[in-house]
Amino acid sequence: MTLAVRDLSIRYGFFVLLVALALFFYAAQPAFMSVRSLVFVFQSVAITAILALGVTGTLVVGGFDLSIGSVAASSMMAASYAMVIWGWGTTETVLLCIAFGLLAGLLNGLIIVYGRVPDLLATLGTMFLLLGLQLVPTAGRSIARGMTLPDSTTATGSFDPSFLALGRARLFDVLPVSVVVMLALAVAIFVFLEFTRWGRVMYAIGSNEQASRLAGAPVARYKIAAYMISGAFASIGGILLAARVGRGDVSSGNNLLLDAVAAALIGFAVLGAAKPNAFGTLIGALFVGMLLQGLTMMNAPYYTQDAVKGGVLVVALLFTFSLTRRAGR
Amino acid sequence: MTEGETGAPPVLEITGLERAFGQNRVLRNVDLAVSPGEVLVLMGANGAGKSTLVKIIAGVLSPDAGRMTLAGRPYLPARPIDAVGAGLSVVHQQINDAVAPDLSVAQNLLLDRLCSGRTGAIYSPRRARREAETIQAILGLSLPLDRAVSEIPLADRQLVAICRALAEEPKVLVLDEPTSSLSQREAERLFGIVEMLKARGVAILYITHRMSDIRRLADRIVTLRDGRITGEFRPPLDFEGAVTAMLGAPIQRDGEAIRTGTRPVLSLENVRLTSWSRPFSFTLDAGEVTAITGLVGTGKSRLAEMIFGLGQAVSGQMRLMGKPYTPRDCGAAIEAGVFMAGKDRATSSIVPGFDIARNLSLPFLRHRSRAGFVDRSGERQKARRTIADLSIVCQGETDDMATLSGGNQQKVVVGRWLAEASKLLILDEPFQGVDIKARGDIARRLRETAGDRATLVLVSEIDEALEVADRILVMSDHTIVGDHRTGPGFDLSRLLAEVAGDLGAAPVHSENRLESAAG
Repeated sequence: MTLAVRDLSIRYGFFVLLVALALFFYAAQPAFMSVRSLVFVFQSVAITAILALGVTGTLVVGGFDLSIGSVAASSMMAASYAMVIWGWGTTETVLLCIAFGLLAGLLNGLIIVYGRVPDLLATLGTMFLLLGLQLVPTAGRSIARGMTLPDSTTATGSFDPSFLALGRARLFDVLPVSVVVMLALAVAIFVFLEFTRWGRVMYAIGSNEQASRLAGAPVARYKIAAYMISGAFASIGGILLAARVGRGDVSSGNNLLLDAVAAALIGFAVLGAAKPNAFGTLIGALFVGMLLQGLTMMNAPYYTQDAVKGGVLVVALLFTFSLTRRAGR
Repeated sequence: MTEGETGAPPVLEITGLERAFGQNRVLRNVDLAVSPGEVLVLMGANGAGKSTLVKIIAGVLSPDAGRMTLAGRPYLPARPIDAVGAGLSVVHQQINDAVAPDLSVAQNLLLDRLCSGRTGAIYSPRRARREAETIQAILGLSLPLDRAVSEIPLADRQLVAICRALAEEPKVLVLDEPTSSLSQREAERLFGIVEMLKARGVAILYITHRMSDIRRLADRIVTLRDGRITGEFRPPLDFEGAVTAMLGAPIQRDGEAIRTGTRPVLSLENVRLTSWSRPFSFTLDAGEVTAITGLVGTGKSRLAEMIFGLGQAVSGQMRLMGKPYTPRDCGAAIEAGVFMAGKDRATSSIVPGFDIARNLSLPFLRHRSRAGFVDRSGERQKARRTIADLSIVCQGETDDMATLSGGNQQKVVVGRWLAEASKLLILDEPFQGVDIKARGDIARRLRETAGDRATLVLVSEIDEALEVADRILVMSDHTIVGDHRTGPGFDLSRLLAEVAGDLGAAPVHSENRLESAAG
C-alpha cells in the first residue's frame, strides 16, 4: 500500500503539483485561466524550451551543453548581421544560423570526444569563446537598422518582415509562431528519442557507454551528433529571439542557459522518469513559465523570479534523485 | 599450523575467522599464521575470499567470529590506521588507491604521518624531503621525490606505496597481487625488495595467483577456495597440487557426446599478444565449443578483445572463413559475424536504464526497426522467446535489469548474442557471479545452439571449461601452451601442469624464474 502511494506520487506527483498550482492561481486571479494568459505562458517559455529540448539530447548521451545560451545569442547576432549589414533574405539567414549552430555543436563534440575534455569544461570554454566572438564583428555594439558601422558608413539593410513574423506573427490569430516551432520541435525530438533506434542508442550510451561500444554502437559519432542537435536547437532559439526583438542586442540571451538547463533538469522528475526526456523537458519549461506568470499576475516583484525558479529546480532534483532512486532499489 | 617455515613463532596468527555478507559465507573457519622472515603465499581464484580476508586483516572490515593475534597480543583493528599502528601494513592491489596522484612522491611517502596529525601544523617541504629520503633509504631506492606521483610510471607508484607502508616499520607486510600490472623487469625489482625485507625479518603475506611470482618467492603456500583453506604446501613445493587445491578437483561432464568441428571459422597465425610473449596459432571450427583456460592475467581477455576489434596483436594475422580479418572496431567485428559478451557484465554489457527486451536488442536494433523506428512489439516478442529458451526467471520482458539475480542477468547478456546467427561467439568469463543452476542453463543453451558457429569461452576455472567445452586450450604468459579434447583420453593432470606453467612451456624471457622453480 505505502509502496503504491509512493509509486503513484513519483509518477504523477509533478502533474498534481502543476494542476494544484494552476487552480491556486485561478482562484487568486481568475484572469489566469484566460486564453490570452495561457498563450502568454507558452510564448514566454518558447525559446527557453527550444534550448532545453536541445540540451536534453546531450543529457541523454550522458553529456551536458553549457554553450547553448551563447550559441543562441551568437545566432541572434549572426541573423541580425546578415540581414542588417549584408542585406540577406529570410531563408538564407535562417539557414546560416542553423548551420552556425550545427558547427558550434560539432566543435563541442570534437573537443569532448577527441580532445577528451570533460563535457562541462569543454562547453564552458566554447560558451566563453562565443560570448566574446559575437562582439567582434560589430565592435561590441548592438545591431539595429541604420546603425553606424565601425568604418563609419551606415548599415543599409533591414530586417525582412517575413523574418520578423517568425517572432511576432500568430497562427489563427492565437498561437505565436515561436510556440508552433517549439511544439513541432518538441514532437520531433520526442519521437526521435523514444521511438527511433538512434534515440535508443543515445539512451544506451548515456546509461552505459562501454556496453554500448561493445554492442557495436559508434559512440563517438552519436555523441558528436547530440551536441550538433543541441547547437542547432539553440540557434533556432536565437533566430526566434532576433525575430522577436527585431535587433541584434548584445545583452539578450543572458538568462537563456540557466532557464533552459533548469527546464531540462526539472523534466527528470516528470512521470518519475528519472532520466532526461523530451516530454518532461517541455513540461518543466511550461511549469516554470506558469509559475512566473501566476506570480506576476499576483504582483510578485520581478526580482523574485530567479529565486522561485531556483527553488523549483532544487525541489525537482531532490524529487528525482532521492525519491526515485530509493524506489528503484 | 603454529610455526612457519623459518621455525620462529608466528607474528600474525589467525584462528577460526568467519565472515558473511547476508546469506553468503565468504570466509569459513580460516586459520592462518605468518612468521618473521617468511613469505607466505595465499592463492585463491576470483571470489575465493582473498579480498575479504585482506580487508579484515587491514581493519577495513570486521570479522563475524575468530581470533587474531599480532606479536602475541590480541589484534582487532577497527580502522586501517589501527592496523598500521599495531605493526601491520597493507599494499592494496589498486595502486592508485594507495597514492595521492597530485602530491609529490615525498609527500606521498609521508602521507600517513601527515594524515595522523603527528607532524604538527607546520611541515616544511624541506623537512618532508629529508624524512622522505630516510624512508626510501630503507629500500635503497632513489625515487624522484619532487615529482608528482601522477607523472611517474605505475611500477614506481607501486614502490611508493610499498615504501610508504614500510615507513611505519611494520612487522607484517601484506602485498595484494602486487605484480598484476607490472612488466617482467619491474616485477623482478619488486621480488628483490621482497627478499630484502624477508632477510630483515619482516613477515610477508603475499597474495597472488600468478605462478611465476609463486615459484620465485614462496616459502609456503596456502590455498583458499570458497572461503575455506583447502591446502597448505611446504617445501618441496607442489605447485600443481596447489593449483588443484585452489581451483578444486574438476568433475568431467558425462553423457553428452563430444563434438568435433566441421569447418574452420577463425584461424590465428603466429599471433603475439605482447612484445615479449611467444607467438601462437590455432583454428576454431564451426560446431565446436572451445574453452581457453588459464590463470587470471595470462592474456585471455586480451586475446578476446583482439578478435573483437578492441586492440591489435603485436604481430601475426587472423583469418575469418579463409579471408583476412582485421576489424577496426566492435561494430566491424559484429558486422563480420563475430560477437562477444565481455567479462564483468555490469561494465561491459548491461545497460541499467533499459528493461530486459531493450538490453537484448541493443546490438541488433537495425534489424528490429523499420525506417529507423524500433518495432517494439517485435522486439518484445523476440525477448519472450529468449526468456523461454534460457529459462530466465522474471515477471516479463519489460522487467528492469536491477530486479534480476546475477545468474539471470548473465542469461540476458548471453541471450543478447544468441538472438542472431554468428560465425564466432566469444564469451569472456560467462559464469562469473552466476549460480550453479543458471550456469547449467547457459552451458546447455550454448551447446544446443553451437551447430553452425564456432564458440569460444574464456574461463579461469577448469571445471567450467570442462562443463561447456569440446576442446580446451590452455593459456599461460600470454601464449597458448596446451590443446586438449575433452572426453576419453583427456589428460587432466597434464592440463593442470600447463596451467601451473610446468613442462618447460614458460616463455623464453623467464629463465631466471625457471631456475628458482627448479629448486
